[in-house]
Amino acid sequence: MAVTGLIMIAFLLMHMYGNLKMFLGPEAFDHYAHWLKGTTEDGGILYPILPAGWFIWIFRFALVLSVILHIWAAASLSAGTLKNRGDKYVTSRKKAQTYSSRTMRWGGIIIAAFLIFHLIQFTIVPGSVSGGDADEPHTLVLAAFSLWWMVLLYAVCMVLICMHIRHGFWSAFVTLGGNTSGRSARILNVLAIIVAVVLFVGFMIMPLAVLFGVGI
Amino acid sequence: MKLKLRIWRQAGPEVAGRMVEYDLDGVSEDMSFLEMLDLLNENLTNRNEEPVAFDHDCREGICGMCGVVINGVAHGAPEGVRTTTCQLHMRSFADGATVDIEPWRAGAFPVIKDLAVDRTSFDRIIQAGGFISSNTGSAPDAHATPAPKREADEAFDNATCIGCGACVAACPNSSAMLFTAAKITHLAMLPQGQPERYRRVKSMVAQHDEEGFGNCTNIGECAAVCPKGIPLESISKLNRDLIAAMFKADGK
Ligand code: HEM
Ligand code: SF4
Ligand code: FES
Repeated sequence: MAVTGLIMIAFLLMHMYGNLKMFLGPEAFDHYAHWLKGTTEDGGILYPILPAGWFIWIFRFALVLSVILHIWAAASLSAGTLKNRGDKYVTSRKKAQTYSSRTMRWGGIIIAAFLIFHLIQFTIVPGSVSGGDADEPHTLVLAAFSLWWMVLLYAVCMVLICMHIRHGFWSAFVTLGGNTSGRSARILNVLAIIVAVVLFVGFMIMPLAVLFGVGI
Repeated sequence: MKLKLRIWRQAGPEVAGRMVEYDLDGVSEDMSFLEMLDLLNENLTNRNEEPVAFDHDCREGICGMCGVVINGVAHGAPEGVRTTTCQLHMRSFADGATVDIEPWRAGAFPVIKDLAVDRTSFDRIIQAGGFISSNTGSAPDAHATPAPKREADEAFDNATCIGCGACVAACPNSSAMLFTAAKITHLAMLPQGQPERYRRVKSMVAQHDEEGFGNCTNIGECAAVCPKGIPLESISKLNRDLIAAMFKADGK
């Protein structure tokens, strides 16, 4: 859980950074997308260490593997827990838990649904949901985020994702043995909040800029 | 003072339970919570009703026998206070208050009767590795095996766990990771615990899962109710040993 989760968080940070290329203009964004896929003239990312076009598939394979292992671990661990946990208390008071920590299971399921939608929209059948031309990826983005409800949908989903990451980041480091003192608990929690906020702002700023036509 | 009690009554492990209301008068604020229950039970006995079953022994906060969920909090300590149920006093409650009293609820702690639950699953976790093996003879000299100060302090802090089970009761996953981590850290920090250190963590965690305790998701309710202040950090320490143990042939 912890390792696959952290891999996905690292990916999201990269993905967010890459999306900001939209602010450098359509050529820059399209070049970046083609470079990742190895279809630029120079052979793209990691060429000539890898043959052109290999990187994207290795990368996709590793990510899909992370997603599958993450979901598999979550499902089997949760099944064990839910089977045996105690009945509900008639009266119960929460002392330490956060909303994020309480919603990891349902939050995760909703995020998985969003991920499927998102991949269909931009990768599997590009342009299927909101139009655009897959050979010029920036048109996919412009078409999608000129719809206000699409921006809203992404904003809501990003809140859920960042909440999941807020607890997940902290939890992953506790699981890996990083919470060794009261001080490290504070540091880990602050880092988790920073990562979650950076991801939310970094991801949403571009769709908002598209919607309101500022900077893009 | 006068109280309205709502208590979980359950005649046996297999029958359904329910909350039953009792009005109790004549409670002194110097009484402990358990003495308040004693008073209720005297009244019930005089009225020819079945007294409320609850666990207790030392009544001074050191044995770990007592423990009920009071107004939704395991052991019922007010904000900022750490206490066992036996050391909680009635001055923490307002006159005329309604007090809800429920047993620990966890799959691995089945209710025996009313507020008493079966915690022998904890004993089996201890039996799986919560000990050191040594041939005992006459007691060794106290300074024969030096223990570093920092580690010895940490071992001592973790050794204060009394096995009450409040951590499990408060955990939304019914996990006993805090209890297991306290036992692991206690022994892992001392020289005497080293020979079996990695075998111990594997078998105790395996027994924890075997007993049907849930999987920890690092929520932190356990440490918030622990009467002995076992910190959440102990769980990270257990995880460190568990990760290290994966690379050792020791244990199953
Ligand atoms: C506002 C938030 C997001 C925006 C605007 C966004 C935008 C995009 C775009 C435009 C692409 C296609 C890039 C291309 O191939 O040219 C893409 C691909 C992808 N996105 Fe996102 N994304 C967002 C959030 C997320 C999140 C939260 C996740 C994961 C949970 C995610 C996972 C992926 C994956 C796995 C791909 C496919 C990468 C590949 O082609 O192998 N995205 N995203
Ligand atoms: S860790 Fe604390 S709450 Fe859990 S059994 Fe030990 S003393 Fe009780
Ligand atoms: S009765 Fe011994 S700790 Fe409460």
